[in-house]
Amino acid sequence: MELLERFAAGDPEAFEALFRGYQKEVYAWIVRIVRDHGIAEDLTVETFWRIYRSRARFDAAGNFRAWARRISTNVALDYLRHSRRETELPEDLPSANAGDPAVRREARERIKEAFQELPAKYRLVATLALIEEQPYNDIAEAAGISAALVKVRVFRAVRMLRKKLNSLGVEANAK
Amino acid sequence: MSNEESNKEMKELLKQAIAPAKDTELRRDLWPQMLRKLKEQPAPVVSVPWLDWALAAILGAVLVFFPGSIPTLLYHL
Repeated sequence: MELLERFAAGDPEAFEALFRGYQKEVYAWIVRIVRDHGIAEDLTVETFWRIYRSRARFDAAGNFRAWARRISTNVALDYLRHSRRETELPEDLPSANAGDPAVRREARERIKEAFQELPAKYRLVATLALIEEQPYNDIAEAAGISAALVKVRVFRAVRMLRKKLNSLGVEANAK
Repeated sequence: MSNEESNKEMKELLKQAIAPAKDTELRRDLWPQMLRKLKEQPAPVVSVPWLDWALAAILGAVLVFFPGSIPTLLYHL
């Protein structure tokens, strides 16, 4: 019997083999989203826990990598939803391109905060598309949505971020 | 400004503030942690709440005693 068939049938050794084979890949994907090694480790374990629980629903003829990535994206998204910061942003914000390093640092902090204020589903696609520069198709597959919807969410995330930064007085023109 | 330009501009701005994750290497084997979790939380047994059983019983009784209601029920499904 093939490894995936054994896994779907509940063989613990098959699960261990899959875990060892895919833990690095799952972790690397999650850490790109949550950007914290410790949290990414916990979420990797949580991902495999969900994989293990839903093994009976897994089609042994299917693509385990894609399935694991989808689940890991959902786990990371759940984390982003619950960890969303509700802090108020300060009124006076400098330009990210100002000459003074201290001012630039301050501006970068405010941009980070504004980014973390985005709703989780927008932060997910914006992180992967704009910061990590992952292809839209890969993001779409991982998030279980169409590439067109990824594009829409990136556009909306940019618009929300621009609006937020403008209202805070950060110049959003990078040079 | 086009969407592409807008995205590019925001991408640059974001990258100044949030660098792409460079170190995505897993630093340790997580299997021991996974094993602990498996031991602590065995896979849940699927259980049906008593209210669901009660509703199913009521529905079953209605269908047995009033078979004329079956087409109506099917119509509303």
